[in-house]
Amino acid sequence: MSLSHAFFAIIRRDLLLALRRRSEAANPLLFFILVITLFPLGIGAQPNLLQAIAPGIIWVSALLAAMLSLDSLFRSDFDDGSLEQILLSPHPASILVLAKIIAHWLVTGLPLLMVAPLLAVFLGMPTQSLGILLLTLLLGTPVLSLIGAIGVALTVGLRRGGMILSLLVLPLYVPVLIFAGNAVEMAGSGLPVNAQINILISILFMALVLAPWPAAAALKMSIN
Amino acid sequence: METKPTYLLQGTDLSCIRDDRVLFEGLSFELVSGQVLLLEGKNGSGKTSLLRILCGFREPDAGQVFWCGDATNDSQYYADMAYVGHLDGVKKELTVLENLKVSLALGRAGQYSIQQALTKVHLVDYDDVLVQALSAGQKRRLSLARLLITQNIVWILDEPFTSLDKQGIALIETLMSEHCANGGMIVLTSHHDIDLHSVDVQRINLS
Repeated sequence: MSLSHAFFAIIRRDLLLALRRRSEAANPLLFFILVITLFPLGIGAQPNLLQAIAPGIIWVSALLAAMLSLDSLFRSDFDDGSLEQILLSPHPASILVLAKIIAHWLVTGLPLLMVAPLLAVFLGMPTQSLGILLLTLLLGTPVLSLIGAIGVALTVGLRRGGMILSLLVLPLYVPVLIFAGNAVEMAGSGLPVNAQINILISILFMALVLAPWPAAAALKMSIN
Repeated sequence: METKPTYLLQGTDLSCIRDDRVLFEGLSFELVSGQVLLLEGKNGSGKTSLLRILCGFREPDAGQVFWCGDATNDSQYYADMAYVGHLDGVKKELTVLENLKVSLALGRAGQYSIQQALTKVHLVDYDDVLVQALSAGQKRRLSLARLLITQNIVWILDEPFTSLDKQGIALIETLMSEHCANGGMIVLTSHHDIDLHSVDVQRINLS
């Protein structure tokens, strides 16, 4: 069987699994919505302040939602032995791991994109920055899944890896947060954001090429 | 009668150390097509560790494994090997058929189609059933069906008879004999005494 067949079989399998475990898959999205809706309540009647920090709120919430969803990336496969079978496949493990990451992003990252415009309006974000917000989420959330995969792959064998995972992964998320948050803020003031977008694109491509390989290697160590 | 190629799996001077405890050392064996290697020994004597070394999940602390004369990393070995471990390696939220389709996509299509394999392991009417609704023995038979649908030479089985009833054990023994007759080889651990007629069984006692 060909590699592309195996690649799509893994994506299909993971999407099917997410469909059968809907409540678990919806968790990050609910978290994202809840955190953002709580901010206006906490800050009170200060629309200007809320508008000013809206890009930061949305991006920090997206980051935390991504963190929350990371553990599910390899956990169940690790627990039931499917991970061993995936790594034993004659196909390159990094490609199969990439398939799992893509499926994970489709389940946990993509829904954030769909509700983000609504929440942005809710926070009073200027309409001219909505497009840029979506673009940064489109470029940035896959990076969160890709980088996160390395961290989960390293910690999936540990019983309480949650804390280590955050320490490992959060510093690596910071560049995405800085450039994406900055781009949305600048767009709100009508300034050009080409530089930030270009940097986000390059981060995405670098992560796409470089992340699956160490993630696969770390998984091989974890199942030892 | 066509002549089947003969394969050779060799372990030379293997040793395994876990938490400063030597599980085994200086272990050597040679296994050719048609043979079964049965690992015996009490709990914690390193049977599973040896199997995991043969799967490539663990590096041996000394020694090397060779496949047809080449080191396993430089050969086709990992494409020729299939493993069924303690864990069934099936997703309980997927149906029997969906699970097997994924396994098939991950490997190379083998001797039997999915339907034929399900007939062989007596799960033929269960293809639409979610795996979480199966009994432990049925799950075991499902994970063994994976060996039939993919193309492989070496079967590595860790306690394959766990949670199987008498008929199930007899069934797996038949499948194992057939695999050996077709030029395959098997490395397994088992607490049960296996009953394989006309198959050359080597035994290694690790304790």
